[in-house]
Amino acid sequence: MVASRSVRLAAWHFRRSFASSLGLGLVAVIVLLALAGPWIVPYPDDVAGKVNLADKLLPPSKAHWFGTDEVGNDILTRVIVGARLSLLVGIGITLAAAAIGVPLGILAGTAGGKVREAIMRVTDLFLSVPGLVLAIALVAALGPGIVNAMIALVLVWWPGYVRLAESKALSIRGEPFIEAARVAGAPGLRILWRHVLPNSLSPIIVKMSMDIGQAILAVASLGFIGLGAKPPTPEWGAMISIARGYLPDWWWYAICPGAFIYASVLGFNLLGDGLRDILDPRSHRG
Amino acid sequence: MTLVEIRDYRLAFDTFDGTLHVLDGIDLALEAGQTLGIVGETGCGKSVLARSLLRLNESPPARVVSGAILFEGQDVLALPERAMRRLRGRRIAMVFQDPASYLNPLLSIGTQMEDAIRGQESAAGEAKRPRRAIRDHAAGLLASVGLAEPHRLLDSHPHQLSGGMRQRVLIAMALAGNPSVLVADEPTTALDVTVQAQVLALIAGLVKERGLALMLISHDLGVVAASCARVAVMYAGTVVEEAPTAALLANPRHPYAQGLIAAVPDIDNPAHKPRGIPGSIPNLLKPPTGCRFHPRCALATDICRSTKPALRELAPAHRVACHHATPEHPGP
Amino acid sequence: MTAPLLDATGLSKTFALPRTAFQPARKLTAVAHVDLSLAPGATLGLVGESGCGKSTLARLLLRLAPVSAGRIVFNGQDITSLPESALRPLRQRLQLVHQNPSAALDPRLTAAASVAEPLVIQRLASGSALDDRVRQLFAEVGLGPEFLRRYPHELSGGQKQRVCIARALAPEPQLLVLDEPTSALDVSVQAQMLDMLAELRARRGLTYLFISHNLAVVRQVCAEVAVMYLGRIVEQGSAEQVLGAPRHPYTQALLASVPRLHAGTVPTATPSEPPNPANLPQGCPFHPRCRLAEPACRTGSPPPLVNGLACPPSS
Repeated sequence: MVASRSVRLAAWHFRRSFASSLGLGLVAVIVLLALAGPWIVPYPDDVAGKVNLADKLLPPSKAHWFGTDEVGNDILTRVIVGARLSLLVGIGITLAAAAIGVPLGILAGTAGGKVREAIMRVTDLFLSVPGLVLAIALVAALGPGIVNAMIALVLVWWPGYVRLAESKALSIRGEPFIEAARVAGAPGLRILWRHVLPNSLSPIIVKMSMDIGQAILAVASLGFIGLGAKPPTPEWGAMISIARGYLPDWWWYAICPGAFIYASVLGFNLLGDGLRDILDPRSHRG
Repeated sequence: MTLVEIRDYRLAFDTFDGTLHVLDGIDLALEAGQTLGIVGETGCGKSVLARSLLRLNESPPARVVSGAILFEGQDVLALPERAMRRLRGRRIAMVFQDPASYLNPLLSIGTQMEDAIRGQESAAGEAKRPRRAIRDHAAGLLASVGLAEPHRLLDSHPHQLSGGMRQRVLIAMALAGNPSVLVADEPTTALDVTVQAQVLALIAGLVKERGLALMLISHDLGVVAASCARVAVMYAGTVVEEAPTAALLANPRHPYAQGLIAAVPDIDNPAHKPRGIPGSIPNLLKPPTGCRFHPRCALATDICRSTKPALRELAPAHRVACHHATPEHPGP
Repeated sequence: MTAPLLDATGLSKTFALPRTAFQPARKLTAVAHVDLSLAPGATLGLVGESGCGKSTLARLLLRLAPVSAGRIVFNGQDITSLPESALRPLRQRLQLVHQNPSAALDPRLTAAASVAEPLVIQRLASGSALDDRVRQLFAEVGLGPEFLRRYPHELSGGQKQRVCIARALAPEPQLLVLDEPTSALDVSVQAQMLDMLAELRARRGLTYLFISHNLAVVRQVCAEVAVMYLGRIVEQGSAEQVLGAPRHPYTQALLASVPRLHAGTVPTATPSEPPNPANLPQGCPFHPRCRLAEPACRTGSPPPLVNGLACPPSS
């Protein structure tokens, strides 16, 4: 009963907002491509980087909608297959960062005192350095590669979740229902787990949706400067990095991966905005 | 002279769960210089009605279903936004429940008063006056609402003021356009009882001095009884009874008005046991047919379930919307 | 005379105010030297305006905030500085009902889960016995089983407050602190709530500490009344005496400010507003607003509560 109502409520919200529907649509397309990629692409052999110099750098045509690259691979094929990698990386980074940041933030916000000071000062330390710059330094130390890029991005990403979870926990800590739980005799850990955490989740879910897009962009950025995935892995950032050398004459090479990065960042951001409206408890009373 | 006339006004809110029938055929009039109290409980639509006078209900979700709100014969609901701006503050001013949230915490009282005065004057198309003159005007307004040292107050910020002082400042701002109608929506609900008494005295004084027409919205019968000559009792989006205050309190005719009065504990007579009204307010997504009070009414019969009772004049200026109230036979 | 259920002596609470660049460290006294005693079965009303310290006092008595000075004895046991773990079992006996039922229920828990929580925590019931207890409690506060699985946003204000009261009753408390239990409710619902509270008290032999700014409601519920102003009790006694024939000028001012249904005029206003609690005047804290203030009221320390009155009669 309750579940079906929230599904209907979500549908109602999305129907009323073009931006949210667009976000949902873009994300759905990317997820679909990520799932079905290898089976629907026109040139499956091009995924692994089969060299076909006869067809290199062809402009967009009926056979190759977005043209071909410098070794004659179909760009659309490689971009679609790249969706799976980008999505996995984006979701992986976000989940890992939230898994580290949220418990720390909730603990800091609920416990207060020295615990809070310790957690928040370490968090500030990380936040005081621009994220991508820190990530670049970390990858440079760990060595380039997609796994190291992910590790580096998780390390710079979790402090944002500490901040958010802490501020949310702080405001919930002052709510009368927390005092009611204390009066009922609930120990601290139970209050944290049963009352503070569930009531903190809405803004965290919204941030996670938006961060998936940002993480995709960050991984692409690392790929672009050669610190992420290595060719011939079909990764969007790495593709643009190579395509840059062929601008402006072979412009279509950069357009397709660029558009997919753009669409996924936009999609996850708009989806996050839509989720914010749905998860806002005030909208349930309407 | 009738300043405000509300005719068969119906307002709905479109929400996810369906259409909320918030106001159902309101008929009310406010004469120049008259004080009208609107009393009712949560969800009766009294605040929505007050905001309708200035078209402040956000649309969507609000949707006017039918009716008209005439101000000096002009339909407010049909007015273009520009003309509406001239009306707001200049002819009809409004004071709200929570004085803290209607003042910008970053700006000084003086700046906010000046903005209010300038806004009123430019809406009226008057020539710009020098800042000194406007400041003096602002100080004069603050003095007229009983605030001491008005010039010094202009330089202070909202957080330096107590709740009662903030409400006085907001009343002063409402007076900036020299309105003929003051709509006060729960103006004392956020205030302590000793401060409430001060603000009620202030409003009563202003009404008398300036010949203002007052529409006072409150959940507190005592506040309305203290401030208004006439009272309209609202229930679930309808006016169920409207009468001179003394007549309504002494001889309420509608079962809901009777229940409301019987529920108020009397500080001077603890032997009087307040009685609750059984049941709870209806869901306005599916309001009861006929009289909206019938599911909670001890007198309800078939006609109450099928036909909406009209507001009928049972005694001079005493109107009741109940099938069972008759002129000869006052309600039980 | 029976031993008091709850006895507080010299209870004080001070908050350190944040230091600013231009001011030395300051203290705000929210509750000052309050003596309070509740006999079993008593109904004490604590009245006063916002910021007078009545809610802070209640939280001190429940040990929800640390006590700055004084002593609290509950059932003969000194609980002033018991650690939280030792307090937990005592919490069964001391329960609180909040002012705003909408905020006092976890929005993500069903009504039944909220009521069951104290029983689960204190291991008072489990399994089907727990279900039965919760149903019983719902029935006791006049809620049918159809409300068990509702979420707070699906309940009206009055229904939410009933759920809160059921939760407070679950661990079989002796003392119920009711912090403005009806001020968020409509007047027709308030009357039902007052009836229910009277009935519960009679049936369960409860002791009530009833906090309210609404004097008429306090007069309905309470046999004794204490009036607070700026952290101090200024008048205390039977409800009949304090609210029927008030002696302290502040109590008189409060009563005069209440709008009466049949008066037909605005109530008598008392001048100005309470001073900043962080910067209290010398002498009696009420003197700047008092119509009877004499020079003696403006100096020295605040008058102590003698025979239920903190206002020395003028000689």
